[in-house]
Amino acid sequence: MSQNRKPSFLRSPMGLASATVVGLLVVLAIIAPPLWGAQASTPNPANLLRGPSSEHPLGTDGLGRDLLLRTLVATRTTVGMALIATACGAAAGLLLGALPSVLGARAQRWFSAVINTWLAFPVLLLAMLMVILMGTGTVTAVVALALTMTPSFARLAQTLSSKVGGSEYLAAARLLGVPKGRQFTHYVLPNIAEPIIVNVTMSIGGGLLALSSLSFLGVGVQPPSYDWGRMLSEGFEQVYTTPTAVVGPAVMVILAGVSFGMLGESLASFLRERTRGRALSPAKLGPAPVTDPLELDPLQEDVLLDVKGLSVSFPGADGWVRPVQDVSFTLHRGEIVGVVGESGSGKSVTMMSVAQLAPAGAAVTAQRLNFDGTELAGMREQVAAKAIGTDIGIVFQDSLTALNPALRVGTQLAEVPRVHQGATKQEAHERAVEALDSVRIPNAAHRATLFPHEYSGGMRQRALIAMSQIGKPKLIIADEPTTALDVTVQQRVLALLRRECEDSGAAALVVSHDIAVLAELCQRILVMYAGRIVEDVDVRMLAHPEQLAHPYTRALAASLPDLDTDRTKPLATIPGEPPDLSKPVTGCGFADRCALASDRCRTEVPVLVQHRHGGQVACFHPQDGSSPEDSGAAGSETTLHEAHEEGAVA
Amino acid sequence: MAELVVSDLRVVFGARKAPIVAVDGVHLVVPDGGVVGLVGESGSGKSTVARTIVGIGAPTSGTITLGGEDLLARRRGVSAVQRAKDVQMIFQDPYSSLNPRMTVGEALDEVLSIHTETPKDQRPASIRRLLDLVRLKAAAQEQYPSEMSGGMRQRVAIARALAVRPRLIVADEITSALDASVQGAVLNLIKDLREELGLSMLFITHNLAAVRYIADSVAVMHRGRIVEQGPATDVVAHPQEAYTRELVGAIPRIDNAGTDYLLRTLEQR
Repeated sequence: MSQNRKPSFLRSPMGLASATVVGLLVVLAIIAPPLWGAQASTPNPANLLRGPSSEHPLGTDGLGRDLLLRTLVATRTTVGMALIATACGAAAGLLLGALPSVLGARAQRWFSAVINTWLAFPVLLLAMLMVILMGTGTVTAVVALALTMTPSFARLAQTLSSKVGGSEYLAAARLLGVPKGRQFTHYVLPNIAEPIIVNVTMSIGGGLLALSSLSFLGVGVQPPSYDWGRMLSEGFEQVYTTPTAVVGPAVMVILAGVSFGMLGESLASFLRERTRGRALSPAKLGPAPVTDPLELDPLQEDVLLDVKGLSVSFPGADGWVRPVQDVSFTLHRGEIVGVVGESGSGKSVTMMSVAQLAPAGAAVTAQRLNFDGTELAGMREQVAAKAIGTDIGIVFQDSLTALNPALRVGTQLAEVPRVHQGATKQEAHERAVEALDSVRIPNAAHRATLFPHEYSGGMRQRALIAMSQIGKPKLIIADEPTTALDVTVQQRVLALLRRECEDSGAAALVVSHDIAVLAELCQRILVMYAGRIVEDVDVRMLAHPEQLAHPYTRALAASLPDLDTDRTKPLATIPGEPPDLSKPVTGCGFADRCALASDRCRTEVPVLVQHRHGGQVACFHPQDGSSPEDSGAAGSETTLHEAHEEGAVA
Repeated sequence: MAELVVSDLRVVFGARKAPIVAVDGVHLVVPDGGVVGLVGESGSGKSTVARTIVGIGAPTSGTITLGGEDLLARRRGVSAVQRAKDVQMIFQDPYSSLNPRMTVGEALDEVLSIHTETPKDQRPASIRRLLDLVRLKAAAQEQYPSEMSGGMRQRVAIARALAVRPRLIVADEITSALDASVQGAVLNLIKDLREELGLSMLFITHNLAAVRYIADSVAVMHRGRIVEQGPATDVVAHPQEAYTRELVGAIPRIDNAGTDYLLRTLEQR
C-alpha cells in the first residue's frame, strides 16, 4: 500500500492539475522577486498607463511599471501571507482544540468555552477591531486572518481529538506513565493529522481570497508594497482606460484560490480511498468468478431453502475478493440450523446473500437459490427481495442500530402488517403488542409505546425477534443474535427464538462464532472456514467430538474451555492464521493449519461428500475414530492431534 | 509482585439526590503471585472495581492497599511513572487499546524508555525478548496494529503491560473480543506467563469457564456486591448462591446438544 501512495494521488486528474499549479505558484514565489523585483518596482515616467503591447503584455500602471511582472512578483507576498496566516491559525487552533484532550476534563470545559465564544465573533468585526488596534498594514491583515481562522480549526481539532481523548489507547498511555507532551505529539496529533492537513490546504485558498479582499479594501498591504488585492484596487481606478490592468491579479487570485481548494479536495478523497482501500472498478476486474457447474438434483418436497454453488465476490485492490465460494446447503421446513465459523469465514455474508441483503458492491452468483419453490438465482436483487416479501425474517446482531431510534417500538413492529399485509392501523398495533407479548416482554401494551433506548439490551433483542416474527415468515435468519448479551439474557433470548420457531413452524438459520450456543439451539450445524462449508453435521455429534469428521470442527469444539476442562493441561489451539481471501486459495483453505494435510490438500479443493456420521464433510482425511486408512495419515504427534485426544478423553 | 487488598470499597456515581451505587462494600484479596477471577454480568460493577484499582476512577470510600501500602494515598504523592509501576491494565479490545500510528516496536520501545534504564542500543534486544515472551515473532515489531489479527494484538497489549514490570496486572475481559479459536491461545499464554513470571493478576470476565480455567479463586459480583467467593473450581462446580447457580446454568454447553434444555429453562421462570 505504502509504495503506491504517491502515484495513486497524482493519478487523479484533479490532484495532478492542482498539485502542478500550486507547485508553479511556489516556484514563482521563490524566483520572481529576485529576477524581476527591481524592474517591477522602478517607475518609468515615459510609459504611464499604457495598454497591452508586445513589450508589456498586460500594459503598465500609473507609474509606468510593467503589470505582468508586478503580478508575478506579487505572488510571494500574496501566497506567503496566506500561508503564514493559515499556518498561524492552524497552529493556534490545534493547540486550543487538541491539547485539552491530554489535560483532563476540567481543562476541556474551559477550552471549549473559549472556542465557542470565539466562534461567535463575526469575521469582519474581528478584522476591523484589529485595524483599530494595530492600524492598517500587512501584519494586521495576517493577524486578523489568523485570528478568524483559529476557532474553526480549534473546533475541528477538538471534535477529532475528543475521539482520541476517549480512546483506550490514550487511557493505556496514561496508565503506562507516558508524559503528557508525548501523549500529545505521539498519540493525539498523528491520529487527527490527516483531516487537519486536508482542511489547512483548503483554507489556504480561502485565506488568500480573504487577504486579497482586505488589501482591495485598503486595510491590507500598503504602498509601496503590493499584493494581488492591492493591484486589483489600483487597477480598478483605471478600469475604463486600461481594463487589462485588473486581468493579471484577478486571474492569479482565482487560479491560486481554486487550486489550493482543489488540492485539499483531492487530498481528502485520496486519503478516504487509502483508508478504505481502493477497489478496482468491476469493468477492470472482468466478470465475477463463478464456480464450475454442478449437477443439480431435482428439488425435494420438504426442502424450504436449497442453495447450490453460491459464491459472493467483492471488488478488491488486486482483483476479486471471494469471502464465499461455492457454498451449497439445504434447509428443511421447520429446521433450525446453525452456521459457525470465525470472523471472516463468510458465514454472515452467506446468510445475508440468501436474504438478498448482500453488502453493496457484492457480486452474488448461484446455480440454485430456491426458496419455498421460487428460484431466486439470476433475479435482480430488488425483484428477488420482492418475491421473498415477508417470508424471511431477520434478527440482526446489534439491536440498537437495527431499530429506528426515532420511532416507538410498537410503531416499528406494526409497519410490516400495515405495509405488507394491508392491516388497519388498529389491527397492526394489536399484532405488534401480541408479538411483543409472545417474546415475553412484560406489560407489552405499555412497552409498545416506548422508544428503543428505553428498553434494556436483552429486551431490545427480544423485540427484534418479535419483529422478525410478525410477518409470519417461513425462515428466520439470525446473525449473531446474542453476541452482545450477558449469558443469562442470552439463554432467555435463545430459548424464546427456539420457542417461536416451534410454535410457528418457521425454519431458522442462526449465525454464531460460539459453537456451544448453536449446540443448544439447533438441530444441525454448518461449519464454515475460509468461505466454504467444511462440515455439515447433526448437532448431537458435538457432544461426541470423536465423531466429528473435519479437523477444523474438532479443533473448534476443543478450543474453548468449558466447566469440565482439565485445568492442568493447556487448551487446544489452532496454530496459524486463516488464509487471505483476496488472493486465490489453492486447495483446502485449512491445509496450512492442519496437522493432517497432505500434498493433495494443498492442490485440490475437497468438496462436501456424505460421511459416516450422517452429515457431509469436505476433507481428504476425514476423522471419525474408525477410519482405517486415515487414522495415522500424517504427523499424529502434533498439537492438533493431541487436542482431539484430549477433547475425547475429557 | 505484591498482595492487593481491597476493603469495603464503595463507588457512587451521579447526583446526591439520585445516587447510583456501582460498587457497594467490596472486599477482595489478590495474593502475591495469585490469580483471582472477578465475574459478573454487565452492570454488576466489576469494571468499576477494576477502574478504581488501576486509578482511572476514584472510590467514594474504602481502602486499597498493594503490598501493605495505601495505594490511594500513594497515588497522590508519586509521579505518573511511579504509579504506572504499581498496577497495569490489559484492556478488553486490542483493536482500540493500541495506538494505530505506532508500530509494535515503537510502542514497546516507548514503555522501555520510560520504565527501564535500558540504554537505547540495547532496547531492540529487550523488545525481542518481550515479543518472545508473548510468543510473537521478532518481525512483528515492524508491524502496525492494523496489520495484525486480534489475537496477535492482544499479545502485544500483554507484552506492553509486562514491559512495565508492574506489581499487579488487571486483565479486563481480555478474551471477549477475540474469536473462539484465539481465546484459548490467549488463556494458555496467561497461564504460562503466570508460571514463568509469578504474576499477580485480577482477571475480570463474564466467562465463568475461562475463570475456572485460569484463576485460583473467584469472586462473583452482582449489583455492586460480591455474592460468592471461593476456590474457582468449587464455586463453579457447587455454587452456593442462587445468582451464581443462575450464571452457571446459563452457560451454553455442548453437552446439551440436541436436547430441549433451552425450552425447559423457559418453563422454570
